[in-house]
Amino acid sequence: MNSKQKNCPKKPLTRFITDDDNCWQLNQYKSFGGYEGLQQALTLSGSAVLDEIKESNLRGRGGAGFPTGLKWSFVPQGDDAPHPKYMIVNADEMEPGAFKDRLLLEKTPHQIIEGLIIGGYTLDADIGYIFIRGDYYTAIERIELALKECYNNNLLGRNILGSGFNFEIHIHTSAGRYICGEETALINSLEGKRANPRAKPPFPQVAGLWGKPTIVNNVETFCNLPHILNFGATWFKSLGRFKDAGTKIFGVSGRVKTPGLWELPMGTPIGEIIENYAGGMCDGYKLKGYLPGGGSTDFLLEKHLDTPMDYDEIGKQRSRMGTGTIIVLDDKYCPVAMVLNLVKFFAQESCGWCTPCRDGLPWAAVLLEKIEQGKGELADIQQLEDLCKFAAPGNTFCALAPGAVEPLQSALVFFRVDFEQHIEQQSCPYCNSDNLEDGDDK
Amino acid sequence: MTLQNQIPTNEIVEFSDVEKAQIDKLLLENPHISGVSIDALKIIQNHRSWVSDACILSLSQYLDLPLSDLESVATFYNLIFRQPVGKVVLHPCDGISCDLMGGEHIRKCLSNKLEINNGQTTKDNQFTLISLPCLGACDKAPVMIANETLFELIQEKNLPLIINNLKEAISK
Ligand SMILES: Cc1cc2nc3c(=O)[nH]c(=O)nc-3n(C[C@H](O)[C@H](O)[C@H](O)COP(=O)(O)O)c2cc1C
Ligand code: SF4
Ligand code: FES
Repeated sequence: MNSKQKNCPKKPLTRFITDDDNCWQLNQYKSFGGYEGLQQALTLSGSAVLDEIKESNLRGRGGAGFPTGLKWSFVPQGDDAPHPKYMIVNADEMEPGAFKDRLLLEKTPHQIIEGLIIGGYTLDADIGYIFIRGDYYTAIERIELALKECYNNNLLGRNILGSGFNFEIHIHTSAGRYICGEETALINSLEGKRANPRAKPPFPQVAGLWGKPTIVNNVETFCNLPHILNFGATWFKSLGRFKDAGTKIFGVSGRVKTPGLWELPMGTPIGEIIENYAGGMCDGYKLKGYLPGGGSTDFLLEKHLDTPMDYDEIGKQRSRMGTGTIIVLDDKYCPVAMVLNLVKFFAQESCGWCTPCRDGLPWAAVLLEKIEQGKGELADIQQLEDLCKFAAPGNTFCALAPGAVEPLQSALVFFRVDFEQHIEQQSCPYCNSDNLEDGDDK
Repeated sequence: MTLQNQIPTNEIVEFSDVEKAQIDKLLLENPHISGVSIDALKIIQNHRSWVSDACILSLSQYLDLPLSDLESVATFYNLIFRQPVGKVVLHPCDGISCDLMGGEHIRKCLSNKLEINNGQTTKDNQFTLISLPCLGACDKAPVMIANETLFELIQEKNLPLIINNLKEAISK
């Protein structure tokens, strides 16, 4: 695309974020080049935009890393395609340890809206939804105001910027359930139903919300679109340090010196993120392990720190990039307690549809609690391993349960000694650790 | 309305003009009635602090939706309260990143200070304690939401001040 003359950014997603509290507003967003990607898109045909997105190798940032262009290509096009078609931003962000979408929602609502309008134009969609976590109060307020600004400036509504394209966007605030983030459960929730996932096929691209073609993508995925249109697919691919294209908002939480979020090239090694950006471990704490991509990814260890944050490379280490928000486990927090916390969460949030999840996860939580309280038996470890297998992909209706057992199954391998110690000494070896006390002053 | 006797109430409530106006606005924006049910429940909760059986029955009549549909939705979601709550609901985070940073200890302190367990309301009806999973602010752990405000990097020694400030906010 004709972008060679332009000053191409290295950190497109955060280039609009300044110290100014009002940097999220339309005039500021525009002053940094906001809505230029949309203008660029409107000069092209929808199918040309789709080609550019495919060419960019953009992969979904919501956890699974599915190629966005490919996903979109299944939406029926042409004069006899069903309408209205829907385009939905998944801003539910309830994965434990994930906090990256909040930044984009609060600081760059227009970037998300611009991405959504571009998506709508590409697929000739009619209605957009932003499905947002109910307790992201600041984000909700700003998105609502940003939408108003758009309607007042002909960026939404009829005949957008004189292009003849009509598009409207609504916001839906969720009533809170992790499963709402699963895209077909999200669609059920938007229809005012319980958020149970749907059977596929039919895929939402063909029959989604109210039976019409529907696309659901993550907040961060949409944020990439304006820049791909603005600066071109070739530029986008050049941003990555490994195979995957573009940048990503990575984050670190846990006992590190400076927890936070940073936009970095795809393929940045995990160790670099933890050491250089999160400042390494707090004084007096050592790295024991970490979940590389949020609460439903497998543990990795110190020896894996060289692994690039690249979907396939992390996959080779038997974990997942997930949301790209790393949760660090230090040497003073009990790994059994950590897994118990996570499994309890997933058990609670199970939608109750299928047995390995509805009954298996609570059972795993009971066993973990027993071990943590010093009442475990060696047979419990075997049982936990079995429960992990029951919840494996293919045995359940959606990906919640397989994700739920990822930290557990890897902990049983990497921290086996800890599990066994709990059982041998019939108490938690970490129970005097200072992690249970108040955090140190910062 | 044959499903009425599924729940133990025949009581109905009269929605206020404001509630009706807000629900009507939803109906105007959404061509599918059932699509407004969650938002409508939230509107009612906003005005009444929780959603009683009588509210659900009345809403089903108002929207002309099956009572069982509304009932099943109202019981599914975490943020629809089906029991009375205090003036302020405290939502300390019980997610893993907060617990790694001492979140469990903070929740215990809150419980002790207010003399209630998770899920309970103080005798003076001021506070209800309902912990929530990861609140999406893990770099500021441990955190809590109350009164639509996010409290970050909470330390035990700050809890009295936080509670007092919230008390002042509700007495206004
Ligand atoms: C239990 C569960 C929860 C999920 N939660 C979210 C979420 O909060 N946000 C999100 O973007 N994707 C979430 N996903 C993934 C979505 O199903 C879907 O893959 C994603 O929104 C697609 O967008 P992407 O291709 O842009 O990543 C979740 C999946 C599962 C199984
Ligand atoms: S795996 Fe769990 S969340 Fe997914 S459909 Fe089955 S019960 Fe529901
Ligand atoms: S775990 Fe508490 S905010 Fe994420």
